[in-house]
Amino acid sequence: MPRDQGLMSWKELAPGMYILEPGNSAKFKTGDWRSHRPVLDKEKCIKCGQCYLLCPEPAYEENEEGYFICNLNYCKGCGICANICPKGAITMVLEEA
Amino acid sequence: MGKRVAKEVSIAVADAVAQCKVDVISAYPITPQTHIVEHLADLVNNGELDAEYIPVESEHAAMSACIGAAATGARTFTSTSSQGLLFMYEVLPIASALRLPIVMVVANRAISAPISIWNDHSDVMTMRDHGWIQTFAENGQEAVDLIYHAYRVAERAMLPVAVNLDGFIVTHVVEPIEMLDQELVDRYIPPLKMKYKLDPKKPITMGAIGVPEIYTEAKKAQDEALKASYKIIVQAWRDFEKLSGRRYNPVEIYRMEDAEVALVIMGSLAETAMNAVDKLREQGKKVGLVRIRLWRPFPTQDFLKALGKVKAICVFDRAVSHGASGGPVGIEVRSVLYQSNKRPKVLNIIGGLGGRDVTVEDFEEIFDRTFGFIKAKPRFAYEIYGAKE
Repeated sequence: MPRDQGLMSWKELAPGMYILEPGNSAKFKTGDWRSHRPVLDKEKCIKCGQCYLLCPEPAYEENEEGYFICNLNYCKGCGICANICPKGAITMVLEEA
Repeated sequence: MGKRVAKEVSIAVADAVAQCKVDVISAYPITPQTHIVEHLADLVNNGELDAEYIPVESEHAAMSACIGAAATGARTFTSTSSQGLLFMYEVLPIASALRLPIVMVVANRAISAPISIWNDHSDVMTMRDHGWIQTFAENGQEAVDLIYHAYRVAERAMLPVAVNLDGFIVTHVVEPIEMLDQELVDRYIPPLKMKYKLDPKKPITMGAIGVPEIYTEAKKAQDEALKASYKIIVQAWRDFEKLSGRRYNPVEIYRMEDAEVALVIMGSLAETAMNAVDKLREQGKKVGLVRIRLWRPFPTQDFLKALGKVKAICVFDRAVSHGASGGPVGIEVRSVLYQSNKRPKVLNIIGGLGGRDVTVEDFEEIFDRTFGFIKAKPRFAYEIYGAKE
């Protein structure tokens, strides 16, 4: 028998593989194939939110202090946030294996 | 009982679609399907049919519009032929994988090149593996009855159905046809109520990505759904018999009692072949006919039962599967037989391509050769019949 790689039994799927619960894509963690991750330097950050606005995922979330923090469960490491940051506060760092 | 009235089959088919109270018709004209969709356009235009007729810019759009409409819970219809079906190709497997109960008539026509507007089955054989329920009509009455049946089945199995009619040979012939009374149609095909549909009040997602961890399960579920539709298909024919008195089976047999040799065929050529069977039976030759009405899901058990104890069969295909070991039906039949204890000799002939006539005399000759095959060792996997040397 091949190794069971399925997420769930075919019998439990909704017909047509419909997704019956709206907005549940957040449950699906897609950040595991990133090669570089963004690291924020809070000293330089001015909380402008450009990273938050331009992240295509969107992986950035605002915290209580007003900083925008990247949720690495969804970040693909594209580097747009680091590229757009007007203060150079975000650096892309190689993910160690 | 309804009254038998002479009608062009295309018109009768369109009238049957209208009787089924479709909500959305989306089609692009192509020979020999045109009379069907033109008549439906007339019915919508003159107010006889309360439906949305979408005159789309292509067949790809025709099927896409049907998919979108069906996803919202609308009863849909489209029809096409030949290159039109091929232009639809990209979206055909989406209709079945999304479990949408679309009904489509394919007025079977050869595919290009060379350009041919005439009949064979090469268009629909390209969608053989796409998860649609597929039936083949022999004549006009059956074409009409298969339309009612298609809606009944599609909406219970939640799968699309393609009803195949031989282009011109069936579509353009005037036949005495008995339409089902509207009251009976309404009973047979109640309003469509889909358990899941696109509705802003209760949003769902259709057509999401299937990552490797779920795609296999999605395909398995779809395959099981198509297999499970067999019971629904047969039950729908039983229910239809109660309303109309007309009985249909997945596989029909003709004079198969004690037959030693049988012809296996789909579509309207079966009527010609029946004449050949009658002639040969008069001469005391034990021949019979097996006609496959339900092509997908393939009715394996019905087919094996229909063969009885024949010693040799000729599978008559209406399409070439280039580079394969036979025509599409021939390949299917050999595969089914290999898994059973029955092993009649199988002669596979591909003929009637692009509107080439196949006559009663041709079938007599083919039956004779099939008799010769009982003892002879097969010399070829298949043969393209009637090609002038």
